[in-house]
Amino acid sequence: MRALTWHGKHDVRVDTVPDPEIINPRDAILEVTSTAICGSDLHLYDGVIPGMMSGDIIGHEFMGRVVETGPKSTLQKGQRVVVPFTISCGSCFFCQKTLYSACDNSNPVANQDVSENLYGHAMSGLFGYSHLTGGYPGGQAEYVRVPFSDIGPIVIPEGMEDDDVLFLSDILPTGWMAAENAEIEEGDTVAVWGCGPVGLFAIQSALLMGAARVIAIDEFPNRLDLARKLGAEVIDFKQTRVLDALMDMSGGLGPDAVIDAVGMEAHGFAPDTILDNIKQNVGFGADSAHALREALMAVRKGGRVSIPGVYGGFVDKFPLGALMEKGLKVKTGQTHVQRYTDELLRRIGEGEIDTTFLISHRLPLEEAPTGYKNFRYNQNDWTKVVLKPGMTSA
Amino acid sequence: MRHDSGRHRGDRLGLLAAATVGVVGLAFLYQQQTRNSVPQRRGDSAPGRAARRARFGRYAVVGRTVTIARPRSEIYAFWRDFSNLSSFMENVRRVEETGEVTHWTIAGPMGRDVHVESRIVADRPDSEIAWRSTGNSEIDTEGKIMFRDAPGDRGTEVEAIIAYVPPMGELGRWVAKAFQTEPHLQGRRDLKRLKMLMETGEIATSALRKTPS
Ligand SMILES: NC(=O)c1ccc[n+]([C@@H]2O[C@H](COP(=O)([O-])OP(=O)(O)OC[C@H]3O[C@@H](n4cnc5c(N)ncnc54)[C@H](O)[C@@H]3O)[C@@H](O)[C@H]2O)c1
Ligand SMILES: [Zn+2]
Ligand SMILES: [Zn+2]
Repeated sequence: MRALTWHGKHDVRVDTVPDPEIINPRDAILEVTSTAICGSDLHLYDGVIPGMMSGDIIGHEFMGRVVETGPKSTLQKGQRVVVPFTISCGSCFFCQKTLYSACDNSNPVANQDVSENLYGHAMSGLFGYSHLTGGYPGGQAEYVRVPFSDIGPIVIPEGMEDDDVLFLSDILPTGWMAAENAEIEEGDTVAVWGCGPVGLFAIQSALLMGAARVIAIDEFPNRLDLARKLGAEVIDFKQTRVLDALMDMSGGLGPDAVIDAVGMEAHGFAPDTILDNIKQNVGFGADSAHALREALMAVRKGGRVSIPGVYGGFVDKFPLGALMEKGLKVKTGQTHVQRYTDELLRRIGEGEIDTTFLISHRLPLEEAPTGYKNFRYNQNDWTKVVLKPGMTSA
Repeated sequence: MRHDSGRHRGDRLGLLAAATVGVVGLAFLYQQQTRNSVPQRRGDSAPGRAARRARFGRYAVVGRTVTIARPRSEIYAFWRDFSNLSSFMENVRRVEETGEVTHWTIAGPMGRDVHVESRIVADRPDSEIAWRSTGNSEIDTEGKIMFRDAPGDRGTEVEAIIAYVPPMGELGRWVAKAFQTEPHLQGRRDLKRLKMLMETGEIATSALRKTPS
């Protein structure tokens, strides 16, 4: 089959690789019909996530048609399904508590050692996201093997387009959980750093959950426009001092809740960003945390901090004092996708949530490297890329 | 696919002369006192192998506890059928119980099999199984697996302790490699695989195909 493979920093290629097979009883094989490039994939593309190996198939937002099932799969051939990027067994302590992204049983044992040493506990398995999280071949491919196919995949009713439901795999529930983690109360002002797909869905979710105002921060006019269309007020951090603006816009109180939808590769010219970037480039496992630092400073006393943005290592000059002295509450984590999919599918079906407004480009799988390059370096115009393995090159 | 942690913990297990029998029991109870201004330290609740400095005679001791969301009786029964052990123990190729003794075939260095014969020294249904190698063994080892109810509705806490005398020569170097560079590694990997099997019915793999092509 054809699949997008990672070969190093800024080097992804579409290669011919062996087709996947059913291995475990609960497996299924999908023929992928749509798969997206995620902001998290950019961390792989930029080489800041450890544990990647040349030739790894990446991609964790995907959907497709079931073409083969193991004896214990509950799926049927021909069904259309969206697959959560988190691989979860459904029966361990964590899955029982719906903490699906903390599943104990989905990361192959030998792959657990690194994260167990790095974080104190092993991470769960994720599709196409380094060997720390299992080394599972991802979904930016013609076919993909889906373990625990009786737990993750959601069957999509005929009549719903791929583009309407694809993002149930990751960014839609991620934006939703980000807003939920902000514990929004009626009348709240919520500030969101980053107007990428995750930030945009967090904005949409926060408004649905009753936020009175959402203030969105980014530097790219097109992304800020998308935020504005959702109903947010916006701050362009290249032309405005974010902390001052937020204080004034919230009547001197500070936002009630803040959401960091930027993650470990924050841009900016603040001295902390430059220092962070230098450390990141020399491979200290250092994260660039400018957005998070700013969010912690901006949020009001006793406020809530939600961090969907991905961090993997360590960070310096963390405003721990602000966290403690202001009595902040922090919630974060990889999304517990399976917890939200049913409800979000219903909301999409009822027209309450639009998922397609942010898609800027649809490309054949063969053109995935172009998609990566532009999603990385042309962020203003390329807001979300969906790859279609069945589409032929123009 | 495999990562090495790069951390070397080999010297955490001091191998000084002391008792030579009941090592597993000793490993469980014995805590070495450490120097401090505190005149006398009271024992704490941690297992002995977690002690900062511990002595188990000539024996090296590895152990680990996992919680498995299944009833005690089920996990005990699965373990007690020794032929199941090779399904989750990475280096164990085959375990056969014949009458009083159990024969272990372990994948050894350079494609060679290592043989261990053991005898059950304690078998308390649903709570523990302990075994010890006989003279017909290439490795002097004993082990114990304990099952106790986890708090709340969490299933069973399964604790394994394996003690062995590091052998000499080529086999010794292999055993050292298999255990000592990361003494807890093999034990923890095996128990995690047991957990996967009991909780999900399968052992997770990220392979693309059954056989690498
Ligand atoms: N928690 C999860 O499960 C989960 C799931 C998906 C994605 N993520 C993470 O969410 C983050 C965002 O994902 P995305 O797909 O939206 O990525 P993206 O790269 O498209 O968007 C990030 C946005 O942040 C903006 N930004 C950069 N620095 C900023 C700063 N200092 N202040 C304000 N905005 C800034 C960028 O201009 C960009 O628009 C990533 O870290 C991604 O890994 C997490
Ligand atoms: Zn993602
Ligand atoms: Zn689980």
